[in-house]
Amino acid sequence: MNNKEKELIFEMSKPGRTAYSLPESDVPETDVLPEEYLREKPAELPEVSELDLMRHYTELSRRNHGVDNGFYPLGSCTMKYNPKVHEDVARLPGFAKIHPYQPEETVQGALELLYELQQYLAEITGMDQVTLQSAAGAQGEWTGLMMIRAYHEAKGQTGRDKVIVPDSAHGTNPASATVAGFKTITIPSNEKGLVDVEALKQMLGDDTAALMLTNPNTLGLFEEEIRVIADLVHEAGGLLYYDGANANAILGIARPGDMGFDVVHLNLHKTFTTPHGGGGPGAGPVGVKKELVPFLPAPMVAKDASGRYYLDHDIPNSIGRVKGFYGNFGILVRAYAYIRTMGPEGLRLVSENAVLNANYMMRRLEPYYELPYKQHCKHEFVLSGKRQKQQGVRTLDIAKRLLDFGFHPPTIYFPLIVDECLMIEPTETESKETLDSFIDAMIQIAKEAEENPEIVQDAPHHTVIKRLDEVTAARKPILRWEKSE
Amino acid sequence: MKFRYLPATEQDKQEMLRTIGVESVEELFAEIPESVRYRGKLKLPEPMSEMTLVKHMSRLAEKNASFDHYVSFLGAGVYEHYIPSVVNHVISRSEFYTAYTPYQPEISQGELQAIFEFQTMICELTGMDVANSSMYDGPTALAEAAAMAAGVTRKQKIVISRAVHPEARQILKTSAKGQGYQIVEVPLADGVTDLNQLKELADEETAAVIVQSPNFLGNLENLAEIEKIAHAHKGLLVVSSNPLSLGLLKPPGEYGADIVVGDAQPFGIPASYGGPHCGYLATKKALMRRVPGRIVGQTVDENGTRGFVLTLQAREQHIRRDKATSNICSNQALLALAASVYMSALGKQGIQDVARLNLQKAHYASKRLSEINGIELAFSGHFFNEFVIRLRRPVGEINQELLKKGIIGGFDLGRFYPELDNHMLVAVTEVRTKEEIDQLAESLEGLLS
Repeated sequence: MNNKEKELIFEMSKPGRTAYSLPESDVPETDVLPEEYLREKPAELPEVSELDLMRHYTELSRRNHGVDNGFYPLGSCTMKYNPKVHEDVARLPGFAKIHPYQPEETVQGALELLYELQQYLAEITGMDQVTLQSAAGAQGEWTGLMMIRAYHEAKGQTGRDKVIVPDSAHGTNPASATVAGFKTITIPSNEKGLVDVEALKQMLGDDTAALMLTNPNTLGLFEEEIRVIADLVHEAGGLLYYDGANANAILGIARPGDMGFDVVHLNLHKTFTTPHGGGGPGAGPVGVKKELVPFLPAPMVAKDASGRYYLDHDIPNSIGRVKGFYGNFGILVRAYAYIRTMGPEGLRLVSENAVLNANYMMRRLEPYYELPYKQHCKHEFVLSGKRQKQQGVRTLDIAKRLLDFGFHPPTIYFPLIVDECLMIEPTETESKETLDSFIDAMIQIAKEAEENPEIVQDAPHHTVIKRLDEVTAARKPILRWEKSE
Repeated sequence: MKFRYLPATEQDKQEMLRTIGVESVEELFAEIPESVRYRGKLKLPEPMSEMTLVKHMSRLAEKNASFDHYVSFLGAGVYEHYIPSVVNHVISRSEFYTAYTPYQPEISQGELQAIFEFQTMICELTGMDVANSSMYDGPTALAEAAAMAAGVTRKQKIVISRAVHPEARQILKTSAKGQGYQIVEVPLADGVTDLNQLKELADEETAAVIVQSPNFLGNLENLAEIEKIAHAHKGLLVVSSNPLSLGLLKPPGEYGADIVVGDAQPFGIPASYGGPHCGYLATKKALMRRVPGRIVGQTVDENGTRGFVLTLQAREQHIRRDKATSNICSNQALLALAASVYMSALGKQGIQDVARLNLQKAHYASKRLSEINGIELAFSGHFFNEFVIRLRRPVGEINQELLKKGIIGGFDLGRFYPELDNHMLVAVTEVRTKEEIDQLAESLEGLLS
């Protein structure tokens, strides 16, 4: 092991050390299980002291970049600031220490919060009802598509088995369609980066279940012809699905329900500031128009005439349950707190400032990088590293060079329709000074690509580790630590 | 109103607008057709200051009866356990919780290594070769395991015990509609899977036999026999397991399970009204390329330094799109981290000690309660930290009375099992003292006399 390696916690282990304390048993000790049920040898969990444990995880945290460490303009991921007060309130005993099967009269505060959040999100998206059950965006997509399936089936339209997805869509869209039992057809984007309406007309038919759109799309562009698209889809008997990954551009500005969408999912960990947690937990609530309300997953949170909140399991045509209990409650608490902090005016300013920041960056970088779509963007935009590629510098190299400046790089090589793509989403919580320092770094890298490409090609230079061999990792997978004998 | 999360000053905005070459922010939205432009004011409550918000949130939280003020015997898939202080300290480090999926391994080694360690610990407990980086929760992990088994065996029938968590079975039914497979439920006999019925139902068409042990009713299943039945027709054996029980119990891997799933909630994750928790999924080496979700692997950098990356990505949606093994593109990384810290804090000895405390206290409670006139133990089998009692009166009524004495009673099984009306599932973990168990017993004595 060289000095840049961090030892595994297993490698720090020493028999006899512990980092726990448990009370002595106060009940009579008896042998209650026969030998055959018991493990023969204990699980090899590490044996470390409490200080060693804290040093280990503190060191790991130092090898990790979060929003609190620095700018994180990861496109379509909306890496905005995660308010600290949300962490405090989600940990209140009345929220963290309650059981999902407690009697309803003992959890009226939790149910009130969930009920109100359902209403807020319905208002923000322009939908009639919202379920909070889905754990993440992809799960929200699947939930929404299962409702679309149930809707068509209830109308006897069992032949509607195709979901249309733009070529710029997130990979989860087609994957969710498959898991919901649909076939995916891909619709090309036109030269403006928007849905090709003529191509759409050719694809729509009596086998169309739904069109899934992100609006603004993954290029950061608003689908100007959304009303035309919605009418076409509805005339063909299909439904329109809104992937809320990019909802940060439209709060109080335009509502999916008004655009003609029938189903919407939101990523609370993007637009509504709940932390990304290194990959999760998130939450992916789904809103629907009234035609789809009968198919919502059970239970819903409801309120009776006396003002008492309850879990409504009586949804006869429900698609069923999609997740254990009532969704990721602790995440829903944080999103609720955010909406209460911002109010209607604050949420509109969120989107305005997010769009302002993105356009500012786009125009300042336009002279240095290829800008494939010239119109104003919304909350994010894409650049192409084509020009730099001719100088032998790939977009991957640019991303790795950004690490040397202390920035998390943008999303790269996505969407798939832009060569050497860099997808940049600054969010509204970043100051102009931060944007400027990132822009300066990008300009410097563009110059380096011309004058001194090696420095970019060999990046990163200042991280704890250099580029990793991902090919060998996949060919000869080592997926766990093994005790050497 | 000033918003503390919005740094742009009026001057900043003017400078940025000038650079863009527009007069106003409104111009940036010009291409949104007026017919869909929202011109109203969202009907949401007006903004709150931080101080007002904290008061408001505290008021809502105080309307709930928390474990701090009530003695709870509820389990049924979510458990109250002791959470070592270090867990919250580690997961509150914002380098972890404000990061996303480690797409850039050079600046995400902390997260990646923590997940690699998590995968190792889950393998150790379950007796399996490979674990993924975590799933939404235990019930959805079970549905993913069924989909994985159907994909591996190219068969469409899932045989699942009625003793598997009812909510997991509900999710499986929802997903089966999309995936087109058939679900067959195996009846119970004395609180465990009826093995004769299982033999009848598992056949050549069966992709997987799915059981839970300890099962929803707290009882240990006969995994040795179930393994023979599952594999007799080349189906897979999927076992759902409370990982804490595996501190003591023989792991499903040693019985020949092909996929093991469950929820790591007992490992340092608060009940939090049912979520977020942390599903896990572990399998055999031969099936690793069929696993859903993210997986971390070890490799080296250009200098030969050991490091970690997301790997086997050819399975995943961002590469395979509609051909992916699953649509999952995230995990519960922060909670996998919490579980790892818990498992590291408890360690090799502690995990056995805490499991034994659960076992001993639950058995003390079962003995104490079964001595009460009007209470009988419902089943004769072995259990870990939960057991079922039959009461002379409806569980709902009893629980109402217990609540008045500061006790949250066990789960009313009649809700999911009509034949188990008047049956209560009682969970006793290490946090319950003998005194609290005796208090429950005395209260029940009073209510049933």
